[in-house]
Amino acid sequence: MTVNGQEVTRDVEPRLLLVHYLRDHLGLTGTHWGCDTSNCGVCVVWMDGEPVKSCTVLAAMAHGRSVRTVEDLERNGVLDPVQQGFMEEHGLQCGFCTPGMMLTARWLLDHNPDPTDAEIREAICGQICRCTGYENIVRAVRWAAEHPAHEEVPA
Amino acid sequence: MTTVESNPIGFGRMKRKEDARFLRGKGNYVDDLQLPGMLHGAILRSPVAHARITSIDTSAAEAHPKVKAVITGKTLEGLGLAWIPALSHDTLAVLATDKVRFQGQEVAFVVAEDRYAARDALELIDVQYEALPAIVDARRALDPGAPVIRDDIEGKADNHIFDWESGDKAATDAVFAKADVVVAQDILYPRVHPAPMETCGQVADMDKVTGKLTIWCTTQAPHAHRTLYALVAGLPEHKIRVISPDIGGGFGNKVGIYPGYVLTVVGSIVTGKPVKWMEDRSENLMSTSFARDYHMHGEIASTRDGKITGLRVKVLADHGAFNNTAQPTKFPAGFFHIFTGSYDLEAAHCEVTGVYTNKCPGGVAYACSFRVTEAVYLVERIVDCLANELGMDPAELRMKNLLRPEQFPYTCKTGWEYDSGDYPRALRLAMDMAGYDELRAEQKAKRERGELMGIGLSFFTETVGAGPRKHMDILGLGMADGAEVRVHPTGKAVVRLSVQTQGQGHETTFAQIVAEQLGIPPEDIDVVHGDTDNTPFGLGTYGSRSTPVSGAAVAVAANRVREKARIIAAAMLEASPDDLEWEKGKWFVKGDPASAKTIQEIALASHGNLELPPGVEGHLDGECVYDPPNLTFPFGAYICVVDVDPGTGQVKVRRFIAVDDCGPRINPMIVEGQVHGGLADGVGMALMEVMAFDPDGNHLGGSFMDYLLPTAVECPSWELGETVTPSPHHPLGCKGVGESATVGSPAAVVNAVLDAIGVRHADMPLTPAQVWRAMQGRPFRTDLAIE
Amino acid sequence: MQVPAPVEYERATSVDHALALLERHGPDARIIAGGHSLLPMMKLRLARPDVLIDINDLAELSYVRLEGDELRIGAMTRHRQLLESAVAGEHFAILHDAERVIADPIVRNRGTIGGSICQADPSEDLSAVFAALKAQAVIRSSAGERVVGMDEFHQGPYTTSVGPAEILTEVRVRTRAGSGSAYEKVERRVGDWAVVAAGALLALEGGRITEAGIGLAAVGAEHFRAAAAEDSLVGGRADEDAFARAGALAAEGCHPVGDQRGPEDFKRHLAGELTKRALRRAASRAQGQGG
Repeated sequence: MTVNGQEVTRDVEPRLLLVHYLRDHLGLTGTHWGCDTSNCGVCVVWMDGEPVKSCTVLAAMAHGRSVRTVEDLERNGVLDPVQQGFMEEHGLQCGFCTPGMMLTARWLLDHNPDPTDAEIREAICGQICRCTGYENIVRAVRWAAEHPAHEEVPA
Repeated sequence: MTTVESNPIGFGRMKRKEDARFLRGKGNYVDDLQLPGMLHGAILRSPVAHARITSIDTSAAEAHPKVKAVITGKTLEGLGLAWIPALSHDTLAVLATDKVRFQGQEVAFVVAEDRYAARDALELIDVQYEALPAIVDARRALDPGAPVIRDDIEGKADNHIFDWESGDKAATDAVFAKADVVVAQDILYPRVHPAPMETCGQVADMDKVTGKLTIWCTTQAPHAHRTLYALVAGLPEHKIRVISPDIGGGFGNKVGIYPGYVLTVVGSIVTGKPVKWMEDRSENLMSTSFARDYHMHGEIASTRDGKITGLRVKVLADHGAFNNTAQPTKFPAGFFHIFTGSYDLEAAHCEVTGVYTNKCPGGVAYACSFRVTEAVYLVERIVDCLANELGMDPAELRMKNLLRPEQFPYTCKTGWEYDSGDYPRALRLAMDMAGYDELRAEQKAKRERGELMGIGLSFFTETVGAGPRKHMDILGLGMADGAEVRVHPTGKAVVRLSVQTQGQGHETTFAQIVAEQLGIPPEDIDVVHGDTDNTPFGLGTYGSRSTPVSGAAVAVAANRVREKARIIAAAMLEASPDDLEWEKGKWFVKGDPASAKTIQEIALASHGNLELPPGVEGHLDGECVYDPPNLTFPFGAYICVVDVDPGTGQVKVRRFIAVDDCGPRINPMIVEGQVHGGLADGVGMALMEVMAFDPDGNHLGGSFMDYLLPTAVECPSWELGETVTPSPHHPLGCKGVGESATVGSPAAVVNAVLDAIGVRHADMPLTPAQVWRAMQGRPFRTDLAIE
Repeated sequence: MQVPAPVEYERATSVDHALALLERHGPDARIIAGGHSLLPMMKLRLARPDVLIDINDLAELSYVRLEGDELRIGAMTRHRQLLESAVAGEHFAILHDAERVIADPIVRNRGTIGGSICQADPSEDLSAVFAALKAQAVIRSSAGERVVGMDEFHQGPYTTSVGPAEILTEVRVRTRAGSGSAYEKVERRVGDWAVVAAGALLALEGGRITEAGIGLAAVGAEHFRAAAAEDSLVGGRADEDAFARAGALAAEGCHPVGDQRGPEDFKRHLAGELTKRALRRAASRAQGQGG
């Protein structure tokens, strides 16, 4: 499979969940897990260009596909506007749901560059945050929508 | 005596320093940790709520090729660790020996090469249970003949834990006896759960060679854990290091020592390798500290024209199978006696009875501020019941009874000394922001068309920032917290804290406190926390205590640094310290600003060969162990607007206006974020969150399919306002805010829904079913299985 | 987190290959499509197949198209595709109504139409939708293809007529001129299973109802359908009295069970109330008035 643009090959048990493959086998611990029933969404990554809950995908099912995790948002030391927006608008507190939220936001803005607040809330309604009450997450995504160019950020 | 800073804390809405790693997916949470040779633990849990264990056969699990150890209650008995002290001077089982006492209780622990093998091995353990009748309904726990849950306690013949009371019973009864109007209401605050997105877990690494035990734990109180391990396991405290790395939300769920933590330590000792245990979500919901479960009978007395004269409450507190609530010793019902609320009463009295049931232990969690959530819900619900009875507008009733600014500091009828507040101003601001009169007009017009709209208020007073060590300890450890500030030779600084962030932004706000005191830019200040090897002792973060206690400690320590800097500057300038004046970042001779020595220059000099006055030591450090003289009393006025579909009972929260007063705000952006988060909790608890049990003791909320949390779609865009009334006794005037919104919001939402449907009371959560049933006049008990 | 028991994995390259794998591995093999019903059950170890046959590469089963007078939906069509399909929404607004309230947007990227109705959870929305639409299921085996109506497809809770060596390949819905459809769902929170849901299809001609379909989820309705309610509408006018009558029959004829989503009386009430609302909107859409 391709992970963040790199070809990666490992031998794994068929039952290994994609989230564990990313975290424990590839050391990409930016993707998290938080429930047993595919409800919480802290495990969201992209697979073949779409957000999916990586706790509900087997690594084997991702064979031959491309996977993108939060570690891929920053490019050449420059934060993605979504990441910048989360910082500007205090869209994160404990940070645990943040990678999944940002990946969904990135996908949303790629397909709907000027979403309404209602559309943003709908896009993230499969992902739970216990810290922010969602207000600043929505503002963070709006910020990214309004500042689409990558900006230089001190590393 | 510390003084209140008259200038606001500097640097205001600073972006957070900790964001850099989280945005890149480079946080360090416990499950991210990989150590060489690390093994994984899994816990076998009881499927039944109450049963004798007749046999445990672990041979098949031990034979699994990837299993390194299997630990049972018997193993632990041999080590004297089968039972450990619980937080409220009870004991709790680490692994069940004789009986299991709640569904999900720990029965065995497997250590294996990886988490998948550990999970497989659980299925290979054969446990035989002999079922016993379970106590699920707290109201039946004290029935004569009820099965005794804690027969492990010598002489125990019932399920009673404690009785506690506060206030003047005789005076209160007298007030009620002569009252024009008395309204009584049974009010349940159901069992709910903090459910942080990161579950609880630990890595324990016992180094046999050095004898050092290193622990990485999702704990809000690392020092308390270290001391408890020393006391309980007999391990020398200087050889224990507890590290709280990044924590994915705490909310009070991550305060105490869970059996799983102890098991990782035992596992590491037995295998000689680091052992990691991370619970899954069902374990989190079924076996870690729940919150609330207070069955309250409230009564309110008033004159015919709405002057509230008295409040009395009887509470039945369901503590589960072990009393493991994190309460200060003298307060088994926490700070429930703040139920006197924000009103000027003639008398008040409460009685709380705690009981055991066959459910998970706990009770104090989920931003409860030690039962302040229960107290505020009680008073704000019953005030609305009174408004309903009197036919009076709930805002008018509150305004008529709120404490007036000139009454502060105010000692309430149960002994709390409220430090400061201007309550009417906050309520007026909330009403203005909401457009209260227009909302009532809209409601009236809608009612005529059969459309249901509700407006609910909540005016809360919290008591947070525990607390004075004389009165407040947890398991004998006083609730005073330390802080150290050191300025390095080149003028950068480090502040070491005993409190522990789980998202509240301490790395930023505490740097801001020091920055304001010393004039060192916040980016030049490192905040160190979460490692018992590197930080002073303290009891950790919960009950909104970080700013009131640790913030004070940091401010005082930084002030001491500033004063020491004065002396050194005086030596540098060959002047008397009394002739110097401070302007943020520098000391100079009064009237001669050009003489100024910056804090950076002073720091260098303090490490150099400058001759210092007699009795003055070198370097530029300050420390403080802060013993708060009192708690602090944040308050707020909340207004919720809902629309209810009468045909389906569905509730839509249209608006939520929240005015908070937590004193001066160090970083308003962070404060607002704290409020936003707590308001979502209110929507959740009021409308969807509950952990109910069926008659057999089966937990009906053991996953996120059943324990429902609010999403972005159920939450409106929060409208925030503020007033600022400093605390007179805190060096910065700050009061703490982390839990305010969780405390104040449920009543606002519930009051709004009941206002919409014209029903005096129905218990949370107000799901569509409950709303519809309430409209039929038949609301149901939400703590039990729905029939 | 909970993790599945050990299992073998095969990846199908075509429908025929999938069928061959099913035949080879026998009844303890399970097809995995979106995986959002099966994997959670495997993690809780309530489902323990020996072999998983991954059919996610079967692009040939992923389509939404009009063929003659039938809307044909491939079994591997993801929920999101159906929600975004203009042709689906144009003919059957009920499909968009329902997809909007199925799970959440991320799950909808993976979950499939086929997977959902084959799971046959009694609360499953599309089962009620296709019952209302009187759809047909195309089931293929190595012996060939058969087409069954929804009543035959749905045999009971978690049970369909798809055999162990068979695959559902397509769902077909006959388009009706002058029709409108709608779905109404009550949930405790976005993404939850329905407390109760009702879907309706009405075909009108000259002010009279020529066809009525009413599907119910989460109330134990036989084959997810309110048959008596449907019958009461045909030939009559699409007015409030008719809707009220149909609602009462729908409520009477179902078998809700009290649980944490609600007591039996509430669910029965909702069966009636939501049937009325779905009928109202279906009628309004049939009359070209939107809704």
